Amino acid sequence: MADFKIHLLVCGGTKCRSSLSTILTEQLRTEIKNQGLDDYAQVVTTGCFGFCEKGPVIKIIPDHTIYTKVKPDDAEEIVTEHIVKVRKVNRLLYKDPKTDKIITDARGMEIYKKQIRIALRNCGMIDPESIEEYVARDGYAALGKALTSMTPEETIQVIKLSGLRGRGGAGFLTGLKWELTRQTHGDEKYVVCNADEGDPGAFMDRSILEGDPHSVIEAMAINGYCTGASQGLVYIRAEYPLAIERLKKAIQQAREYGMLGEDIFSTGFNFDISIRYGAGAFVCGEETALIHSMEGGRGEPTMKPPFPSVKGYLGKPTNVNNVETLANVPVIINKGHEWFSSIGTERSKGTKVFALAGKVNNVGLIEVPMGITLREVIFEIGGGIKNDKKFKGIQIGGPSGGCLTEKHLDVPIDYDSLVDAGAMMGSGGMIIMDEDDCMVDVAKYFLDFTVDESCGKCTPCRIGNKRLHELLVNITKGNGTEEDIERLINLASVIKDTSLCMLGQSAPNPVLSTLENFREEYHTHIHDKKCPAGVCKDLMKYEIVPENCVGCTACARACPVGAITGERKEIHIIDQSLCIKCGACMDRCKFNAVIIN
Amino acid sequence: MNKLRNLAELSNLKERVRSKTRFTDKIKDSGQPVQIRVAMATCSIASGSRETMNYIVDELDKRNVDATVTQTGCMGYCYAEPTIEVTLPDQEPVLFGYVDVKKADEIIEKYIKSGILVDGIIPVNYKRIDE
Ligand SMILES: Cc1cc2nc3c(=O)[nH]c(=O)nc-3n(C[C@H](O)[C@H](O)[C@H](O)COP(=O)(O)O)c2cc1C
Ligand code: SF4
Ligand code: SF4
Ligand code: SF4
Ligand code: FES
Repeated sequence: MADFKIHLLVCGGTKCRSSLSTILTEQLRTEIKNQGLDDYAQVVTTGCFGFCEKGPVIKIIPDHTIYTKVKPDDAEEIVTEHIVKVRKVNRLLYKDPKTDKIITDARGMEIYKKQIRIALRNCGMIDPESIEEYVARDGYAALGKALTSMTPEETIQVIKLSGLRGRGGAGFLTGLKWELTRQTHGDEKYVVCNADEGDPGAFMDRSILEGDPHSVIEAMAINGYCTGASQGLVYIRAEYPLAIERLKKAIQQAREYGMLGEDIFSTGFNFDISIRYGAGAFVCGEETALIHSMEGGRGEPTMKPPFPSVKGYLGKPTNVNNVETLANVPVIINKGHEWFSSIGTERSKGTKVFALAGKVNNVGLIEVPMGITLREVIFEIGGGIKNDKKFKGIQIGGPSGGCLTEKHLDVPIDYDSLVDAGAMMGSGGMIIMDEDDCMVDVAKYFLDFTVDESCGKCTPCRIGNKRLHELLVNITKGNGTEEDIERLINLASVIKDTSLCMLGQSAPNPVLSTLENFREEYHTHIHDKKCPAGVCKDLMKYEIVPENCVGCTACARACPVGAITGERKEIHIIDQSLCIKCGACMDRCKFNAVIIN
Repeated sequence: MNKLRNLAELSNLKERVRSKTRFTDKIKDSGQPVQIRVAMATCSIASGSRETMNYIVDELDKRNVDATVTQTGCMGYCYAEPTIEVTLPDQEPVLFGYVDVKKADEIIEKYIKSGILVDGIIPVNYKRIDE
């Protein structure tokens, strides 16, 4: 073992680096050397601490001191005071803005951490292929507790009181759904786990199944006990081979250990799980379509009611829950409903997992308490916008959701607030956009997806969304008119009102929300025939600025379609009718003579 | 047959595993060897975690380091894959990001063999529920 007694961990995350943490690291190293402490203290860099707004951040081990807003000039004082004299530098400690209390160490900083892992509690912590490691972290204790000391009614009551709502999109109260399934009579009942996860960009369900499959199995067994079902089915898309493999192994192990099968925990309760594969159609995530698909029929939604709780798989009462919803269940039973409902907001309890993607520095899987603001997610956990660009919008809820903007940054993330703001919780995709993203193009992208994924059963969805898409394409090509905006709005409302399932009903949301929040961008496309973000190719024009062109011919040689003409040492010109907007000329010109207009 | 027939058997198993495996929430332990967890979810594997894991297993063997290497799920730091967690005896677990083969070599030589931290540590940025 080395003799370093002290380690200084300096945040080297993007945000802290932009506030000089790299120079700080150097200064600290120099200072340690100057004071002859090379063999005693060591400086290393880390990734983001999630406290970006208070950066640069330093953590000192072994005493766990956290210093915030440290400047390169503070290096000397930290070394002299903290390392040599073993006295904390008070002015650099974090001060709680509300109570003015000074936080001296990392333990105290815990409460300022923005994320809480409940559904992801075991992901990255245990070996997903080891039931024993799951058991070591309280696995199957909730099933044991429910089976041996609680009635199904009592168990349902705990889930109801916890306030847990479905994480698959609709946000229905989970306990209530269980109660409805329990109350419906049936000689056979089924418990279904919806692992279809079709939102582009969402991968939390996959991560849970890959990282902690037993939590889902345990929850399904509890669900079976509560509703009176002895069979569970996991509907998972075949595109998730690793999740399927781990789930299969987990089911096998659960059987070996007696957590699935007959007479579980010697209570006479029988429950087993089998897997059904989906071909990866988005609409098959809708519960009625999912059930038809499992029955071997076409993956098309049907009218509700009857809800699956009443008439589901093979016509029997069926309880459908999402993967993430289920992953919360064992913890709620173990820790109690009061504990769970103390996290979150009035009407949205617990946490939500999001797949943070797009133009943020820290893309990844995050789990945050309900009620956290978009600002905290983007600028603290997400580490801010990449390359210090300007934040423009955030698409929440995938293709059914909406696009929110700067003015919504302080909206709390919960089911109701998001709907009020014009988006929705959805299954947890969160795509951050910056000034280089074109909002008309974003709307077009999501509509492209829904048009592709519509099952075609009803006309407004099949044809209406196609027409919406065409209108958008027209606008991005520069052929839009002011009337098109009216057309978009009218058509969107017809589609919303008359489609059978939520796919159709919510497909126009991205169009409506971008129209609401970024109307001027549509206008610029329509009237000025310009795309401010420079995304819509048809509206871009490559031009050569005569003053800058020296006639080097480089661009003409680079152009794949021979659109550029000009003699050596003379000004070159682009023939717009030939140009395919590939950008090669711009890359090649060393004199910045080629510009986009 | 290792079927668990009642709560007592479940809790026996729990204690048995806990006495030989360290989890991030258990800081103190009793001198077990080095424990390494490699994130092996779809995203991690796509970024090369399988190569990293194979390399670590081979090299630890070649270099005669007593350690257990296991796989685990997504740690959530997709921007820094592959990620690994290293727990030295009597130390808190440390998470490293961007662990390619070169970084893995550095971690084995410096951190695992001599306790010298190396760049690329990822601070745990979430609260745990079991504390
Ligand atoms: C078009 C469409 C796609 C859906 N896709 C999914 C999905 O991939 N996963 C999911 O859990 N729920 C999906 N749902 C919601 C399900 O219909 C259902 O509400 C959910 O599985 C219920 O579980 P929960 O109450 O636990 O959220 C989708 C709904 C619609 C309309
Ligand atoms: S709204 Fe669309 S996806 Fe839903 S049933 Fe109708 S056509 Fe199919
Ligand atoms: S490469 Fe630039 S400077 Fe050279 S001819 Fe083309 S536009 Fe003019
Ligand atoms: S953008 Fe491409 S096609 Fe157009 S002039 Fe430049 S090189 Fe030629
Ligand atoms: S805390 Fe340093 S980059 Fe986030």
